[in-house]
Amino acid sequence: MSQISLPRIQHIVASGIIAAVGMWVAWVSYTQQPAEAFLFPRLISTVFVVLALWTFVKAILGWTKVGSGISRKDFVWLLPGLIIALVYIFWAAKALGFFTAGTITFFLLLSFYDPAPHGEAKTWVKRVIITAGFLAVMYGLFALLLKVYTPREIFF
Amino acid sequence: MEFLYYFGDVFTPISFGLLLLGTIGGLILGATPGLSPTMAVALLIPFTFHLAPVQGLILLGAAYTSTVAGGAVSAILLKIPGAPANIATTLDGHTMAKQGKGAQALQLSFLASAVGGVIGVLLLIFLTPVLAQWALAFGPSHLFWLAILGVTVIGSLDSASVVKGLLSGCIGLWLATIGFDDIMGAQRFIFHPALGGGINIIAALIGLFAIPQVLTMFAKGRSANNSEVIEVEKHSIKDAVRELLRRPRALSIGTITGSVIGLIPGVGGQIAGLVAYDQTKKFSPERDKFGKGHSEGVIAAESANNAMVGPSLVPLLTLSIPGSPTAAVLLGGLLIHGIFPGTDLFDNHPDVAWTFINSMLIGQVLMCIFGLYVAGLAARVAQVPQSVMAAVVLGLAVFGSYSVQSSMGDVYVMAALGVMMYFLERFGFSAAPLVLGLILGPIAEANFIQGSMIAGATDGMASYFLTGTLNIVLIAIVIASIAYSVWMELRSRRYTSKEEIMG
Repeated sequence: MSQISLPRIQHIVASGIIAAVGMWVAWVSYTQQPAEAFLFPRLISTVFVVLALWTFVKAILGWTKVGSGISRKDFVWLLPGLIIALVYIFWAAKALGFFTAGTITFFLLLSFYDPAPHGEAKTWVKRVIITAGFLAVMYGLFALLLKVYTPREIFF
Repeated sequence: MEFLYYFGDVFTPISFGLLLLGTIGGLILGATPGLSPTMAVALLIPFTFHLAPVQGLILLGAAYTSTVAGGAVSAILLKIPGAPANIATTLDGHTMAKQGKGAQALQLSFLASAVGGVIGVLLLIFLTPVLAQWALAFGPSHLFWLAILGVTVIGSLDSASVVKGLLSGCIGLWLATIGFDDIMGAQRFIFHPALGGGINIIAALIGLFAIPQVLTMFAKGRSANNSEVIEVEKHSIKDAVRELLRRPRALSIGTITGSVIGLIPGVGGQIAGLVAYDQTKKFSPERDKFGKGHSEGVIAAESANNAMVGPSLVPLLTLSIPGSPTAAVLLGGLLIHGIFPGTDLFDNHPDVAWTFINSMLIGQVLMCIFGLYVAGLAARVAQVPQSVMAAVVLGLAVFGSYSVQSSMGDVYVMAALGVMMYFLERFGFSAAPLVLGLILGPIAEANFIQGSMIAGATDGMASYFLTGTLNIVLIAIVIASIAYSVWMELRSRRYTSKEEIMG
């Protein structure tokens, strides 16, 4: 039996997850009460399940022709940024305060993805200046102009 | 001629200031590769929440118009289209720039954009009231089918795979049902406390359009922006106007093609630019010069992609069916202010509708004037490293989604939907039908419920929803759009080589 390619496995997993979500939506729609509240969800979940299963079967048979999946290289580059972003959104923004967490996240992302050499002091000074500029713009825009009160745990 | 009555409202200090801000900002954002017009408009929505509806719409409309035109700057000077709508501009525009005619190419692109854009907005002005009156004849069943039509047309025409496009639409329709049911007050699919109030449309729009772009920039790694900006020499604007007038064929083909394509929901500026370019080339006696720096190529592509902007709003403002993904975001901008497209808009909020449309007309002229001067700066901004761009967009997405209701739940929803959309896009799904499902879902459901109540008291569901001329026409359009897309998909696959098929 020939080896299944990585994109094909990814397509099977992705379409399998979507089909599972579709079936859960249909199950909830058809079992929960009051029935009148789930009339529209029943209608769309039926179409959802049919299309999701069709996509899943196509993925299993290797007939999927659209979507390239995620290459290992892309995933390796994506992962650090994704982790930093998720930690920022789901923990740091509330725990450290929006502006503090936002500034730290900005600096981390900028430093990690910046192609400039890390060994030069000039590069780091530039990054600090850009980060300070970002903080000033965000504070001016949201705190001063729009008067949005964001969680402020540390500093401001 | 009702629109003339509201013309002065555009020139109030705040409205005109926002128009200028949206135009100049849009030109710069549009020139930045990776920042699509849809994403730029989505990121602007939180700011409009704090403005009066008409002011918010002026800002969004100006940004929509000028981001499409601004994309030509990076297409011409960097060979990187700022938006998909500018792909055709790259073909001759960049070659002209390399030949030392960069300034002329930019001037022609903005002048052609303005001509196409003005004619497109005039179409919007004259077609919209007629269609809005026609929409009065629509009952719940028709409005239900219209909402479904909006999702299926964009789902089938805007996606590489019809099944995946329609599935994206279904996911959007399902997401729209999350929260408390309006009639019975029942809890539906609330699997996290943040979803108690349903999915906030602005947070969803930001997440679905901005976060995938951020993650795409992350996945590119430490890529330096090596694209070289071609310096532009001075060129007389008078000569550019003369050159434009010498090319009426390219200008008219581009404008007509863009206007017609704009009226078809889901097709978009990319197709408009490419079709106009192709048709102009076919009809031109100088077709050999195309691709080698011919001014007709730039004129046709740019007049088409801006002529598309106005007509793409006709189905949106009359029937709630956005003609493009950006128009879908604009629909979200209308709904958050409690304004519903159609007769409600023109009967109850004529000041909002006409001032917005008039501002788009004036915005086209401003875009042309500022475009000629901001182009150099915009090209420099387009060179901003991806690392900075990704971090800035992430920051704006988080702060923007929080600012709408001061709710962390909205930020979580924005992030979750954004990450989900990134992975879905990698597997061939697209954000536009999902967004349409999310926006049109409540309209479809409300009319479905209302229709089923009427049907229960009359001839039954099948008779109410599936009979009657208008129902049958709408169902036929739904089926025809899906069938056409399936046929196009099968036809294009016939040319797909074996190597391209995975597995």
